[in-house]
Amino acid sequence: MAAVAREAPEGMITMVEPADKPFLSVDGLAVQFPTEDGLVQAVDGVSFSLEKGKTLAIVGESGSGKSVTAQAIMGLLDRRLAQVSGEVWVGGDELLGMRPAQVQALRGARMAMIFQDPMSSLHPFYRIGDQIVEAIQAHRKVAASDARAEVLQMLKRVGIPAAERRIDAYPHQLSGGMRQRVMIAMALINSPELLIADEPTTALDVTVQAQILELIADLQAEFGTTVIIITHDLGIVADVADTVAVMYGARIVELASTKVLYGQPEMPYTLGLLASIPRMDKDPGERLEPIPGNPPSPIHLPKGCVFEPRCRYSNLTHGLSETVRPDLLPTGAGPGHLVRCHLPPEERRRIAADVISQMRTVAVEQ
Amino acid sequence: MLLLLFLLTLAVFFLFNLLPFDPARLTCGKICTPALLEANRHRLGYDLPLLQQYWNFVSGIFVGRTFAGEGTLPGIVCSAPCLGYSFLRHEQVLGMIVKSFPVTFWLTVGGFVMWITTGLAAGIYAALRRGRWQDRTLMGIALIGYSMPSFFLGLLLIFFVVLTWHLVPFPSFAPPEQDPVRFIQTMLLPWIVIAVLNAAFYIRLTRNQVLETFSEDYVRTARAKGLPERVVVVKHALRAGLTPIVTAAGLDIGYLLGGAIITESIFSLQGMGQLALSSVVNSDLPVITAVTMVAGAFIIFANLIVDLLYGVLDPRVRVG
Repeated sequence: MAAVAREAPEGMITMVEPADKPFLSVDGLAVQFPTEDGLVQAVDGVSFSLEKGKTLAIVGESGSGKSVTAQAIMGLLDRRLAQVSGEVWVGGDELLGMRPAQVQALRGARMAMIFQDPMSSLHPFYRIGDQIVEAIQAHRKVAASDARAEVLQMLKRVGIPAAERRIDAYPHQLSGGMRQRVMIAMALINSPELLIADEPTTALDVTVQAQILELIADLQAEFGTTVIIITHDLGIVADVADTVAVMYGARIVELASTKVLYGQPEMPYTLGLLASIPRMDKDPGERLEPIPGNPPSPIHLPKGCVFEPRCRYSNLTHGLSETVRPDLLPTGAGPGHLVRCHLPPEERRRIAADVISQMRTVAVEQ
Repeated sequence: MLLLLFLLTLAVFFLFNLLPFDPARLTCGKICTPALLEANRHRLGYDLPLLQQYWNFVSGIFVGRTFAGEGTLPGIVCSAPCLGYSFLRHEQVLGMIVKSFPVTFWLTVGGFVMWITTGLAAGIYAALRRGRWQDRTLMGIALIGYSMPSFFLGLLLIFFVVLTWHLVPFPSFAPPEQDPVRFIQTMLLPWIVIAVLNAAFYIRLTRNQVLETFSEDYVRTARAKGLPERVVVVKHALRAGLTPIVTAAGLDIGYLLGGAIITESIFSLQGMGQLALSSVVNSDLPVITAVTMVAGAFIIFANLIVDLLYGVLDPRVRVG
């Protein structure tokens, strides 16, 4: 996650990039929506990068800006409604400065996206096979019969039984899990290098969720796809992600490898998220530990640390968190572990150790 | 459907027969004596109980009717399907409708083609330019068109296009297969009147439907696939919002086929609307009844077509 110099020398507009440049790199991404009530700060200075073939999970609650981040990368935000700034580099191309037609050519080809609710994300009036054929023909000149054969193969690959029959089905004739498999087939049909999955399992039955995640992981391994998974559920992240970015109030508040994030989290918000995951090894009668309060309004973000109003440790910063916005800084604990927090590192680690040991004690007492 | 048609004939028949005028009186002429009036009433069946009259009317549709001659008056045969006989004009009502219908039919078809193309095109364009001046201008024009009375617009067109600028001769209908040039010249202005009135509504409807479906997830999916905006708008957004437009269009066509009274009057087109109007003015009861029933039947029929189209448009509606 080390910062990489990527500015080309003045006057050089070539796309020649340093060889060590990560495949995906988002730099200072900010998205604002002017509304009648005021300026909605949906994403505020989000930066991260991701190597080819790796998986990043963006975790956060509703309104934290994670979906808007994804849509900004895909170029799906209506630029008349949203003010987007910063840089998004995918495979050596900067997307935010591109003409819309150029981004459109990349969308669905180099980068693809699957959405939360596969029922509403598939067009209700077209056969699923035709919808995927359309995705092929948007980018490649392929005869209809060849495209159909390709679709059939992909439907089989994503595990749709009786694909020969289902290819002519309408979305409403399929189950939720099948529909999401169709969405995955449609997203991967042009072998994209980047796949963004926006809450791909949220609308599905619990029993199907694991299958879908496993399918995404399998296909990722097969095609070497770089994946961003967006979720509010820290529970599903552990198995699939290499890196986790925790978002809160339009910003990344903690960024770490999955192992570090679960083992040595430092940001109090991350701790709160971890403590609120239901666990099999806990006493069934025990209450989950919720984070008190509500997420901040995106129109009136707190002046200082965005999490300050809900943070039970904010008094330990001597008022700093109320007035000064903390930066996303390396903790030094692990490579690429960044935290946006005013608490002194030793204080953070003490608190984290406390919370984690509490969680463990409960487990041991069973 | 059949039940609806039956209820329609029932309702129309009894409604008009409750009117306080005596159809037999109309057949009697200037030298009317009470005895002659009574004889006519008996001959035409107006002295029978209302239910019996209704039965005669309905059975006439299937087997025809005869009205017995009397004295110097010849007998009248109204062959099936008999929708009644106008004793005023001495014509079968069906024949009068058959004569008038082509005018109304062409008026409706031409008007529909004009309003649906401009309505859809302008509606989509307004949706794409939502909030900008193009959108506002179109919506303003639509509002003017919507609130423009058809007689005013029709008279304006006649005054300028026909009388002042002499761009087309004064309207006089000719069937398209006989004289296509005169057909177009005659129908152009009525089409424009019909189109302006309806297009205004369809611009707004199309714009709102497209804007509504714009926020749907599957439209976002279409964009995520990398489809050009044109395809996203027409094939995905508009296609999904087409149902209410088809519903409205079907009902409007059904309604217009029953006659556009004002437009036909202004351009002196002898269509269904004119037929209805003149029969009302002359209190020609058999014609009023039949024309109203036919107009109602068109609306019922249009409803059926729209229902069938739902199945074509939306696979979720299809059964089996």
